[in-house]
Amino acid sequence: MGEHTVSSFDEELEHIDRLIRDMGDLSGAMTRASTNALLESDNALAQRVISDDAIMDAKQRELDERAITLIAKRQPMAQDLRSVVGAIRMASDLERIGDLAKNIAKRVGAVGQQGATPRSLAHSIDAMAGLVLHQVNAVVEQYVQRNADALIRLRDDDEKVDIQYTSVFRELLTYMMEDPRNITSCTHLLFCAKNLERIGDHVTNIAENAYYVMTGSQLPVQRPKLDETQMTVDAES
Amino acid sequence: MNMLTDAAVEETLQSGSKPAASKMAGKDVTVHYGEKQALFGVNLEVPERQVMALIGPSGCGKSTFLRCLNRMNDTIDICRVGGSILLDGEDIYDPRIDVVELRARVGMVFQKPNPFPKSIYENVAYGPRIHGLASKKSEFDEVVETSLQKAGLFNEVKDRLQEPGTGLSGGQQQRLCIARAIAVSPEVILMDEPCSALDPIATAKVEELIDELRENYTIVIVTHSMQQAARVSQRTAMFHLGNLVEEGPTDKMFTNPDDKRTQDYITGRFG
Repeated sequence: MGEHTVSSFDEELEHIDRLIRDMGDLSGAMTRASTNALLESDNALAQRVISDDAIMDAKQRELDERAITLIAKRQPMAQDLRSVVGAIRMASDLERIGDLAKNIAKRVGAVGQQGATPRSLAHSIDAMAGLVLHQVNAVVEQYVQRNADALIRLRDDDEKVDIQYTSVFRELLTYMMEDPRNITSCTHLLFCAKNLERIGDHVTNIAENAYYVMTGSQLPVQRPKLDETQMTVDAES
Repeated sequence: MNMLTDAAVEETLQSGSKPAASKMAGKDVTVHYGEKQALFGVNLEVPERQVMALIGPSGCGKSTFLRCLNRMNDTIDICRVGGSILLDGEDIYDPRIDVVELRARVGMVFQKPNPFPKSIYENVAYGPRIHGLASKKSEFDEVVETSLQKAGLFNEVKDRLQEPGTGLSGGQQQRLCIARAIAVSPEVILMDEPCSALDPIATAKVEELIDELRENYTIVIVTHSMQQAARVSQRTAMFHLGNLVEEGPTDKMFTNPDDKRTQDYITGRFG
């Protein structure tokens, strides 16, 4: 895509794009740090995630202001319009990812106080976290690379996260039934798993928005959606 | 549960963007000004009772095409028009066509308001008079009032109909010119940058008017303002270097155009 006749227009769009990339990198780092902190019971790391969330919020506010100003000043059209509106929406999903990572970090203390170490309780949370982290990093990378096809695959891959979540759910349920003293820790871990699953959903939203920004067309509504925990609860109640 | 299939969604989307019946059509239209060719085989259909916007950088041929639609180019000696322009399926360049009658059916509003140096009343009554559409005073009164009403100007000028039209503000003058065009009951109204000499409020009034006129008239508007084209039109045609680059539903043209030149032009990357 060529440059605008007005070069400051390009600079403004570039700045918004840079903020999205920054927020993307930060959301990846926060997701990784919060899950590491959880699995290692690392309170200091958890505190860092909590303070990083303030940076994330500030970046989102800056992006919103810049995007609104750009719309007012330039009245962008076609792919410029899509990229500005898309940026606002992606930033809001990235900010939510930051919130969810912060929420995981806040539970680190609560889980650690109990007897059993989280790692022994949550083998599959580890695997799930790895998968979600990969999704977060990949969506940012494919957005930067402007790779629309990869975004479709990425969106479909959210199913794997859902499957992992179901397996974590079952695993934690088993621990709670085995020993009621695990219930507090496991409930916190269950919230953490749910947060990871929600992060996966935000990645899906970002992939859809990024796809629209790049191509101008929306991805079809349907996508594989599997939440067997819902069925498990139904079956057992 | 909402189980809309892709095919159903696709169908809904397409029926929404289907062009209405064509009121005017250009078939392989070429225009030469002396040796210089200004239009290169343009094929474009103007749907009935819709607003079609013609956009493109200066010198792209959009005004030239517009002026073909009511043979305004006849007034330029060195201008030659090829191909055919159809109005309700009839070629308007047929020698049997009465040009004066044609221009009553296909009216025009220009960039700069150009009221006659006559009273407001006479500006509107002039067309019906020369076309013999009214004869009695009461008939003229009625056509003047309804035309000014339709142009959204009546309430502002009803107490000074005998004052000169040139004494009105720019925006009022432009709406007077629109009233003058409407007075002869045209089927199509051509507008060549009707708002470029107006302030934003007068522009908004004219745009509001265009939206109302769409119920009864087919409108073709040339504009340099992308936002205006996006606001007032249902379909947009993009011209570049005498060629029609792309034509389609306005919503699509301004969010996701197919052609790179359209993309570049509307996003401000050249032009």
